[in-house]
Amino acid sequence: MKHPGKIIPEIFASLGKPAATVKYPFEKAVVPSNFRGKISFDAKNCIGCKMCMRDCPAKAITIEKVGEEKIFRATFALDRCIFCAQCVDSCPRKALKNTPEFELAQYDRAKLQETQE
Amino acid sequence: MSQIKIPIGPQHPALHEPESFNLILEGETIVDAEVKLGYNHRGIEKACESRNYIQDIYLIERVCGICSHSHSTCFVQAVEEIAGVEVPLRANYIRTIIGELERIHSHLLWLGVAGHEVGFETLFMYSWRDREIIMDILALISGNRVNYAINTIGGVRRDITSEEVAQILANLQTLTERTEFYLKLVNDEPTFMGRLFGVGKLSKDMAISMGAVGPMARGSGVSRDIRQDDPYGVYSQIGFKIVTDDHADVLGRVIVRVNELLESYRMLRVLAENLPEGPIAVKVPRKIPAGEAIARYEAPRGEDIHYVRSNGTEMPERVKVRAPTLANLASIREMLRGGYLADFPIVVAALDPCFSCTDRAIRLVDGKNDHVIDWRQLREYSIGWHKQRGVELSKIGC
Repeated sequence: MKHPGKIIPEIFASLGKPAATVKYPFEKAVVPSNFRGKISFDAKNCIGCKMCMRDCPAKAITIEKVGEEKIFRATFALDRCIFCAQCVDSCPRKALKNTPEFELAQYDRAKLQETQE
Repeated sequence: MSQIKIPIGPQHPALHEPESFNLILEGETIVDAEVKLGYNHRGIEKACESRNYIQDIYLIERVCGICSHSHSTCFVQAVEEIAGVEVPLRANYIRTIIGELERIHSHLLWLGVAGHEVGFETLFMYSWRDREIIMDILALISGNRVNYAINTIGGVRRDITSEEVAQILANLQTLTERTEFYLKLVNDEPTFMGRLFGVGKLSKDMAISMGAVGPMARGSGVSRDIRQDDPYGVYSQIGFKIVTDDHADVLGRVIVRVNELLESYRMLRVLAENLPEGPIAVKVPRKIPAGEAIARYEAPRGEDIHYVRSNGTEMPERVKVRAPTLANLASIREMLRGGYLADFPIVVAALDPCFSCTDRAIRLVDGKNDHVIDWRQLREYSIGWHKQRGVELSKIGC
């Protein structure tokens, strides 16, 4: 029979290591630069082609015309959004961008409908 | 000795997902087992038919949380075959890098689960701690820890920078050392070996006749790997060795998975060092020409098959997913037979089952209305059901 308890030295080696977890509300988690968080909308660049609406897998984005001019606003259903950022890829004028924002929890579901102009 | 029938599941602490097993026992020995599928049906295939190809990638990715990249790559490969698209070499390299990272993360996760099922919690903690390194690399490249969303039709969505390549290579060294330690542990630790040796026997002949795939088949000495049998991506260029083991029990499956980890590290090193320059995607028209294709992919759990049929529009006409767990479930009866009831959790866990991937249809067995109905009958049944409850739906179009 071979030696039992081979893993025991590992336990001692782990004792002095720093904690792997982050004390979250006091210390913010660092997200990677490619992180796909909340989407931001830039009305200046939007041409109203609605490609983002066609490609959104969760049907979470709505682009509407405001007034007579070619000015548009975007409504994000953050409760439905799956944060795949396909709309960012689909946008031909770079009107949509990823942000590193991820703290989106709300007590009221209605507050998750966000309009950006 | 009289026989007892023990139902395990659909909800049971030993199972991580709902699935029903009926074990027929003589004393403590399992003499037969029945598996019932269909508790996790989500209608993903049908939903794919009402979304365009771009939307389907993200839906298909959610067939499975752990092998999400496998499913989306398999689907995208089928669509690209129909459209006749040549994927750039760099995109194929990036897909393969993510695919191998995913295999590593899945196998480390499984090693932890196997440790947990046999009461070896230390191994569970260690392998999951090492898995964090891989999760961080995946987050660095794709942006997210799960559901990487790296695939698009015609290539990939994110490029890998040279700093990211350097970080992958630096972390591989740590992971290789840790995995070599696990390999020694698996081969040396008498308690671990004693618990797994001879448990869940599946002979080589049986594995072939039951159509086992992935580490299940390779753990029984069957050299079966889609990366070699039907090469996709860049596997035919980088060369790799299929890991097999002749134990034909749970121990064999552990050894195969740990050795596959080492093989994946080696492949990743080759991939990262030889990453070619060039574009990462080509533009593909939104409408895919009419046609059909089958794509095969070696997911961490085994062979994944996707069938896509297109009719020339933006949406597929039919999508069929055959997840690796479905292929492996046939052999579960064979593995449980003759074993002890207490071995049930580890034998099922050794499949690395993903029941929600597997469930493509619901069929009630022993139910009051046990018959298969077609789409029209289902619609009429649904209208009648709602009418009884005072909701009139018959005016809604088909």
